Amino acid sequence: MNSDEIKAKLADYLAKDILRQPGRTIQPDEALLTSGLIDSFHLVDLALFVEDNFGVHIDDSELNASTFDSLNGLIALIQSRQ
Amino acid sequence: MPNFSSLLKNHYDSSPDKISVTILHGGQPDRPVTYRELIHGAAGYVETFSQNGIRPGDVVLLILQHGIDLLYAYYGAILHGAIPSIMPFLTEKLLPERYRADLAALVSVTQPSAIITYRDFEAEVRGALKPGEDSVKAVITSDQVEGPRSPDFAAFGGLQRKPEDIVLLQHSSGTTGLQKGVALSHQAVINQLTDYSKAIRLSDADVFVSWLPLYHDMGLIACWLMPILLGYPLVILSPFEWIRAPYRLLQAVSKYKGTLSWLPNFAYNFCAQKIRDRDLEGVNLSSWRAISNCSEPMRWDSHQAFFERFRGLGLRYEALTTCYAMAENVFAVTQGGIGGPVVFEDVDRESLQVEKVARPSIAEKPVIRMLGAGKAIPNTAVSILDSHGHALPDRTVGEVALKSNCMLSGYYHRPDATEKAFTNGWYLTGDFGYLVDGELYITGRKKDLIIVGGKNIYPQDLELLAYEVAGVHAGRASAFGVFNDATGTEEVVMVAEVESTDPAEQQKISNMIRATVTRGSAVALRYVHIVGKHWLVKTSSGKTARAANREKFLREMVEKGQEF
Repeated sequence: MNSDEIKAKLADYLAKDILRQPGRTIQPDEALLTSGLIDSFHLVDLALFVEDNFGVHIDDSELNASTFDSLNGLIALIQSRQ
Repeated sequence: MPNFSSLLKNHYDSSPDKISVTILHGGQPDRPVTYRELIHGAAGYVETFSQNGIRPGDVVLLILQHGIDLLYAYYGAILHGAIPSIMPFLTEKLLPERYRADLAALVSVTQPSAIITYRDFEAEVRGALKPGEDSVKAVITSDQVEGPRSPDFAAFGGLQRKPEDIVLLQHSSGTTGLQKGVALSHQAVINQLTDYSKAIRLSDADVFVSWLPLYHDMGLIACWLMPILLGYPLVILSPFEWIRAPYRLLQAVSKYKGTLSWLPNFAYNFCAQKIRDRDLEGVNLSSWRAISNCSEPMRWDSHQAFFERFRGLGLRYEALTTCYAMAENVFAVTQGGIGGPVVFEDVDRESLQVEKVARPSIAEKPVIRMLGAGKAIPNTAVSILDSHGHALPDRTVGEVALKSNCMLSGYYHRPDATEKAFTNGWYLTGDFGYLVDGELYITGRKKDLIIVGGKNIYPQDLELLAYEVAGVHAGRASAFGVFNDATGTEEVVMVAEVESTDPAEQQKISNMIRATVTRGSAVALRYVHIVGKHWLVKTSSGKTARAANREKFLREMVEKGQEF
């Protein structure tokens, strides 16, 4: 999967399932964690989604803004493990 | 009459090698702490407090993560006779300047003599202080504290503290919550621990397991003071780690044969939905005898989901218990499910909502399933009062009021707020409920408070933040909670009136509201609803009528076909 495909899939999941605003666009560099768009209740969901859909594992200690805070950061993390 | 320090001294003298606390941190070996280590570590803090001129009776603010430093600092303050108060740590979504403003507000109300924190957080703390003007004599970093040492109990101020002296302060978070610190005496806390340990039939076989935050009564009283002061083993992990790895709670229960835990309702759903089988290999939950659902509305569905998910690991249905608690009563008011399963009943929805009477269900009419919060613990009395303060009969909904031998001494430095909280000797909780033969059922809330995942949130704090956004005028936003059955907790909704009808502009304002509220309060909004002028319902005095706005919002969502 190339980065555009990963991005589309992640953005769709975040808007629909986490933000519950299906039409909401998420910019690739938009802050996700520090902005509160994704709060700590949803970090595990995101890790499970990434693992199920992209076949890579994010450790629970990595679920914080210093590992990734945007779609771009998350995509880089996924690609570095594929 | 014992006090906190004499209880600690007894454990130190009689069983110094007994493990009091086991601290779990991901990626590190588990850290057992014996009573000897605990008292020695705390004695280092006593020495440092003395060197810094901190006196018995002074307030000491602790800004530390879960771990050994917090353990030593907290009990060091107790042994010194000082009054510890735990302030939540800065999270990544909260703006540092907002955190400093909250801290400055807390300092001005509680007048602490010292603040204990980490070296790398010192600048943040000092940024909130006014040297020479405020009460703070010392900002002490954990690396400056004297090392562990043998205690000289006779020289410690803690043993001299009288039963009626204040032993600790508890605060809710946010601008409003920080203004009302609940001050508790030695006597009140010890009375609560004595009575509550009877209500839960505490025995030598018990092991406490907790991930709860310590700035909240459930974590602080039930899963910090009770086991440590009464001499039962405690296994503790941090809330920060648990929310990212909920399976660790279950692994800890299995490994340490945990028997007792307290959880807010959302945690039952959270664990049931978000733990993978591979993280549960070899886990055995048969030791768990009481998992008390407490601190936010309790749902039968949440208990069922939790039970169905984990029954295969030995979880017993009788282990699912309930509790109604509040900081003003130290902690527990009622406890259910000990010595028999938790009580629940189906009541007629219309009677409950319209007439405010909980009638047993009538055939084919819609019902609400109510989970009982249990009966009052010894020496606490519960009454249901009408708006004139008169007691109501069983099954009639009114305000829950209580009287006990473990009430707060007062809101710290706030005699005005303390006086307002009581009517004819009864403490009015702000919650609605009804009684049936002593069993308490909570039906709702009089106050506008929102509770998310067990954390109290004051809507006025969130609305003030929304008013900071360009395009939102003061008084033109309303925040409220809406219960989500899937997550088992409330979600925060903000409705804001804006003049612009341009969808792009509205989206921009919505994003700004979300960002400003989150960064200013660490509360994530689940839904921001942008509306036109005159949408919001106001009270006759011009204030936001949150309950009415909530109803209107929910109606609109139904009309739009949006699930909420």
